[in-house]
Order: sequence, then C-alpha cells, then structure tokens
Amino acid sequence: MTEIQVAQIDDIADGGTRLVQVGDLEIAIIRQGLSYFAYQNVCPHQGGPACEGIRMPAVEDVIDEHGIFTGQRFNDADVHIVCPWHGYEFHLADGCNVINRSLKLRKFDVFSRNGSLYLSM
Amino acid sequence: MPVDKPLSFRDVDGDHFDTESLLRNAVHQREKNGYDDFLIIDVDSHHYENEAFKEISDYIRDPVLRHEAKYQGTGHGGITSELGNYQSMAGRVTRYPGRRKEKTPPNPHRDITLMLRWMYAMGVDIACMFPTPMLNLASCNRMDVQVGLATAYNAWLCERILQEEKRIKSMLYLPMHDPAASLQIVKEFIDKPGVIGFMVTAPHYATFYDNNYALIYSMLQERGLPLAFHAGFPSGDPGLKLTNRFIGMHALGFPWFNMLHMTNWLMNGMPERFPRLQTIWIESGLAWIPFLMQRLDNEFMMRSSDAPLLKKLPSEYMREMFFSSQPMEKVNNKRALEVTFEMIKAPTQLLYSSDYPHWDMDLPSTIFDLPFLNRKEKINILGENARKLFHLAPGLSDSKMQRRTHKK
Repeated sequence: MTEIQVAQIDDIADGGTRLVQVGDLEIAIIRQGLSYFAYQNVCPHQGGPACEGIRMPAVEDVIDEHGIFTGQRFNDADVHIVCPWHGYEFHLADGCNVINRSLKLRKFDVFSRNGSLYLSM
Repeated sequence: MPVDKPLSFRDVDGDHFDTESLLRNAVHQREKNGYDDFLIIDVDSHHYENEAFKEISDYIRDPVLRHEAKYQGTGHGGITSELGNYQSMAGRVTRYPGRRKEKTPPNPHRDITLMLRWMYAMGVDIACMFPTPMLNLASCNRMDVQVGLATAYNAWLCERILQEEKRIKSMLYLPMHDPAASLQIVKEFIDKPGVIGFMVTAPHYATFYDNNYALIYSMLQERGLPLAFHAGFPSGDPGLKLTNRFIGMHALGFPWFNMLHMTNWLMNGMPERFPRLQTIWIESGLAWIPFLMQRLDNEFMMRSSDAPLLKKLPSEYMREMFFSSQPMEKVNNKRALEVTFEMIKAPTQLLYSSDYPHWDMDLPSTIFDLPFLNRKEKINILGENARKLFHLAPGLSDSKMQRRTHKK
C-alpha cells in the first residue's frame, strides 16, 4: 500500500471537499465534522462528478404506529453525497447507493497523521 | 387673470413611491367627513406575506418541508405552485441554482454560449433547442397570450439564435389551441434558417385529429418537415393532480399525454390521412411504447371497426414513427430495454436526445454503452437518423474537426 499526502488537516473546512489528482484518478477528500472520507469523483450512474454536489441528510417519511403519515424529517446520522448530474444519492459513510448497494463510489482509505491527511492506495 | 404670487406645485415622481403620498386624497376625505368622531373597522385588508417568506419559513415545523420552502420560495414558481417546481430537488441538481452564477461574454448571445458549452463537453455537433417554461403555454387561459407569445418567441428564436449559430436548430412551437394562428406560424417561419420542424406540447387539451389541423399537417407533409409531440408538465390535469409528489407526476404525466395523443393519432387514422407526415415523440422515455403497441394491437384486433382507416396494426404504424431516447429507462431492466429497442426499430427510428440541462438528462453514453447495439446502430441513433430525418448536411462541428486533426 502506498501512502500519499493530500492535504493538511486544516486545509479542508468542515463540510468542504478537496479534489486531488492522483495519476488518472480524481479523488475527493471530504470532511464532515471530525471525519474524513475519500471517494473517486465519478458516479456509477452516468459518470457525473458525484463528489462535487451537495451533501444532504437522508429524508425520511415519518409514519406513526397507526400507519399515519405525520410529516418528514432529516436523519442527520446518515448524510448522503448527492451527484449533481441526476441526484443519485450515496451514503457518505461507505459510498454505497442508498437504494442499490451494488452501485458504489470507489472508496479510498484516508487517515490523518501529524496534522496531515493521507490517502492509502 | 394675472398671477400675484407663485403657485405651489409638485412634480409627479415616478421613481419613488410611498403610501402616504398615494393616499393624500383619502386624508382629505377623512378630514372633510369627520372620521375622527367615530369608529371605523375594516374587516378585509391585506399584506404581501411573500415579502416576509424568509421569516415565515422559519416557522415551518416539518424540517424537510422547511428546507424545500426556503429553497423554492413562494408565489409564482415557488413551493405553492404545481408540485413546487421541484425538478432540482431543492438544489440537489446543482445546475439549477448554479445557472444564475454562470458567466458568459457579451457576444454571442448568452443562450448560444450556454448551449455550445454543454454541446462541446458532450460531443454534440448539432442540437435541437426547445424552450422550457413555454412548454406550459398551452395551460394559459388567454388565447391572445398563447398566440402572441408563441409568435414572438419563434420570431426571436429565428432571428437571434438560429440565424446566428448554425449548430443550433429548432422545431418551432405551435399554439395549437388556435389552428389558424398555428398555420400562419408554419407559413411564416417554415423557410427560416435552422427551422427543422414544428412542435406541439403534449399537455395540450386539444384533439389533434380534428379537421381544423388538416391544413397544418398537409403543409408539413408537402414540405417534408416533421411534427413533434413534446412531453411537458400536466398543468391542472385533474387526474394527475392526485399525485402529491413530483416523482409521481413526472413518471406518469410525461408519458401520459404522448400516449393519449398517439392513441388518438392512430385511432383516427392520421398516418393514412397524412402518409408522408413524419411524427416524433419526445421526452417520454421509451418504456411506454411497447406497452402502447401491445395494448392497441390487442384492442384493435377486437375492435377494428373503431378505427376503419387503419390498414395494419397500430404497432406497425408506430414502428415507422420516430422517438427521442430520453429519459431512457435503464434501471433493473436490461432485457426489457433490448426488447423495446427491437420493437421500435431503434436502429432506424430512435433519435438520441439529452434534454440538457434538465434534471434527468442523458449523455450520449446512454446509447454508446448499450451492449446489444453494434457501432453502426449506435452512430445511427446518435446522429445519422436525425440527420436524414431533418435533411441536415453531413459534417462534424469545427471543434470536433480541430480535435481530430490535433490527434493525428
């Protein structure tokens, strides 16, 4: 495995995304809160720049114990990457499409050490 | 009579407005009638709450609805409009809000620049450009507005866009609630550069088999230009108003009106009445076509006297029509898609379309990556079928030619 330094910890603001070119791959380094994620910036749907879109929490319909729809809510524990081309949504945590888990963003390991961020490839 | 002293005066100032100035004469009435002597209660007055909507939306309790409301705003085109104009999914499809920020040079026309940018990126040489909000013009109550706006748009389009950029073509909008005006538009614009056909928006509450349209169809047939039926929002349709989410309205509404007009077109024998008039069915996807072919063939065999002009099965007429490819239904249905392509004779009858910049646009890869097509079939669908249909000269765009030369 190769470790590639891609940024300093503070280079990416909370909620921000940095795109780095590693050979032929454009990889998005995403910061959400205290966590970092890395995915190739290509949507498995039609090839859109998936990581350049907005991130939204999952939307949930709220149904009570009688089966009655009472409204909608956001699930902040499940943030989605939303591809800007067509709205395909992927779990930030693992890059899997929210409906079909076999559709995935290509995931890379990213970790911090001594104030720097590294990709493990 | 001589004037002893200068008259007091004030000039009307159109640049400023205030309520007190507007109601100055009401103050005179108040004084003259002695309103200070008794109580006056007004039981119906108004404010424009949309001007405070940013504050009001903070009070929406449902967080998802609040988010949508803040994104959409209110009033015309906002969250209270039909299905909230929710195409962009509250900003998820970023080119909708981003569009306002895109910079373009003063020349050529902004619309030309924006078109050429995506055409360049996708490798599209020629694009047929349609309006967007005007696809709903047929829902306007006023015929004078429908005709006036359609004529103005077509004139503007021909002069300011099509004449200026030969890579952009169009099929011109027809306000078909007024057949005479539509015929006049065909006559006026049919020879303009870049006009490759004429278009009706499918959510027209109009019976396109009616004799009132015969002269239009005859003229198009004689001149060899096609008639396109373009899907659109089913504004006000009572059945589709029962859908409470955009996805339902779009999934059903966009194919629905093309299905309706196709059924009427066939059952009234229009392909026999106008045998050389080519029709194109746009932006309904493809999955509706095999359904309708099967359904109409089955019904027709049992009720052939309902459609006595037809000499063959409805599906056989449909197989001679043209269909645009977008939005191609490609999820979880490989075999169904391949069968669909066979049923519609896709290699000769299918026309690639992107629908860019709308939210469900399709790249050329939706055709190019299909494993059951050979290269020639892909090239036909991506461009050659349209080139022949619209009698366009062969040849690639300048930017493509430059890239090809550079690669050598």
